[in-house]
Amino acid sequence: MKGIKILERILIVIPTMLAIAMLVFVLMRVMPGDPVDKMMGESGNVSIEEIQSLKKEFNLDLPLFEQLKIFVTGIFHGDLGTSFQERRPVWNIIMEKLPATIELALGAFIFSLIIAVPIGVISAVKQNSLIDRLGMAFSFLGISAPAFWLGIILIIIFAVNLNVLPVYGRSMFASTPVHITGLYVLDSILSRNWLALKDSFLHLILPSISLGAAQASVITRILRSSMLEVLRADYVTLARTKGLSEYIVITKHALRNALIPTVTVIGLQIGTLLGGNMIIETIFGWPGLGRLVVTSIFNRDFPVIQGSVMFYALIYVTANLIVDILYTYLNPRTTL
Amino acid sequence: MTELYINEKSSNKTIKYSKGKMYWGRFKHFLKELTHCRTAFLGAIIVLSFILVAIFASSISPHDPIKASIVNRLKPPFWIEGGNADYPLGTDEIGRDILSRIIYGGRISILVGLVTVGISGFIGTLLGSFAGYYRGRFDEILSRFSDLLLSFPYLIFAIFLMSIVGPGFFNLIVILCFKSWVNFFRLSRGEMISEKTKEYVEAAQALGESDIKIMFKEILPNIIHSILVLATLRVGYFIILEASLSFLGLGIQPPTPAWGSMINSGRAYMLSSWWVSTIPGIALLILVLSINLLGEGLRDILDPRLKLE
Repeated sequence: MKGIKILERILIVIPTMLAIAMLVFVLMRVMPGDPVDKMMGESGNVSIEEIQSLKKEFNLDLPLFEQLKIFVTGIFHGDLGTSFQERRPVWNIIMEKLPATIELALGAFIFSLIIAVPIGVISAVKQNSLIDRLGMAFSFLGISAPAFWLGIILIIIFAVNLNVLPVYGRSMFASTPVHITGLYVLDSILSRNWLALKDSFLHLILPSISLGAAQASVITRILRSSMLEVLRADYVTLARTKGLSEYIVITKHALRNALIPTVTVIGLQIGTLLGGNMIIETIFGWPGLGRLVVTSIFNRDFPVIQGSVMFYALIYVTANLIVDILYTYLNPRTTL
Repeated sequence: MTELYINEKSSNKTIKYSKGKMYWGRFKHFLKELTHCRTAFLGAIIVLSFILVAIFASSISPHDPIKASIVNRLKPPFWIEGGNADYPLGTDEIGRDILSRIIYGGRISILVGLVTVGISGFIGTLLGSFAGYYRGRFDEILSRFSDLLLSFPYLIFAIFLMSIVGPGFFNLIVILCFKSWVNFFRLSRGEMISEKTKEYVEAAQALGESDIKIMFKEILPNIIHSILVLATLRVGYFIILEASLSFLGLGIQPPTPAWGSMINSGRAYMLSSWWVSTIPGIALLILVLSINLLGEGLRDILDPRLKLE
């Protein structure tokens, strides 16, 4: 029964993505402004013939329905169109940038867990203590501080004044590891290039903190409140009366159950992580998907923008799917 | 509510008086609770002062926020050597007074936050009420559409659309509203569905009241508090969103002062003049923090069900 439900949930992704593709397509066309006009408008001195040939090249002269057909069938073949600017498939460009974005998102995610789990647990166990109050104050600050401003503050403190951490790009030119997975930290471990490992790790620190801070705050708050609830539950009292050590009670009995609502929140936070990365990647010169979108906006490279937005939506939908499935395993009582 | 309704039928005049008195009493009670919740009260006061400063920006700000003065470029704040009280928070890269720009920038932030929440809250609540009350095909279509809109992360959606329509205040409001009604829609729809089964609604239906009247006179007053809490928290969210878009050059266009674009333009001077980026960010942080404090306080007072420990 569970297997079927999960399969159903997976199959829903297809119509969702199709609907998103249509929405993106329609919005791109309905919104005022013609892509070719906009692209050419700024350079000036373009003949009508040139505009016509450009329109032909990107199928913009076809009827809307034909364009939609080309767009949707293309998606099924992994074809997201051709970049106006670079004249190569959008799919290839996205695939080149993707590892950088994944590495940064993982970095931010790991950072937020390292911060949030201990603080959330300790705040709940020692409710109203100094640690609890400080933790809550900082998490409130973390929710309210915009990520891009935090990034700039971190750059000013750690790179400009203390001069201890790099702030631009993923690694120094000389110490880029061999390409295996595209994740620099992982690649340098796999190729045993310790210099590259240190370098790429240092480059990852500040962007990860800026991107992960808001998420850390949200997770801390949710974990704290669900821990507080769980610690009052009967089975925790039972575990204590059985004479188990407090450490075992908290980690094995309480934390495991408190993680259930936390996982849902983490799923919802993936959107924040993805959205935030456009800005953080721009600030830190991180060559990922987010920076690609921002530069494409300024280059008016609509196929790239369209393709990347689709890709973002795909990641978001898939991530939420994974969270949903994970949730059923963590909490056997739920049905999808 | 039922009791009140029956009274109203019997003698309109006296009830109007007592209804007003009831609301005043509730409001007094609410104020009392607000002052008891210290953090929310603090938040309310700070938000209020930001609003006042924004309203009276032209008489408060010491300089013209747009007038450049190359002689005075990149002057530090007064507490740092080289700064003076003429430009208390220093000047930016073309010599504009940062304090004045922050004061005027606050206007934009608050206006965007309030207008967006106002419009999208109104539309979302209206549609959500109808969808939740009548259900059926209308509800089905709107709910599917809202699911679809929610499958995009908000910022990506806004960046995508702003890149097509181009920057500007009006475009920004339209784009933000295009998606943000969904949150209000979902909330009011859910509340409407659960309230509709309650006895006071049945009583009103039995008395032959029109659907519109039941929806907006009977049910809405009972769910408005959750909508208000959501609205307050959303204001802070939209202020950050506007700042993020302006930061990327997709929101409010220079020379109009907006906090996001101020932070962005200061990035180039991070090494030598940290204040250009940092100080507008602090203003943003304080405002959003206060709104969140107020919002969470309101939630604890008005809607204790949602309370986090």
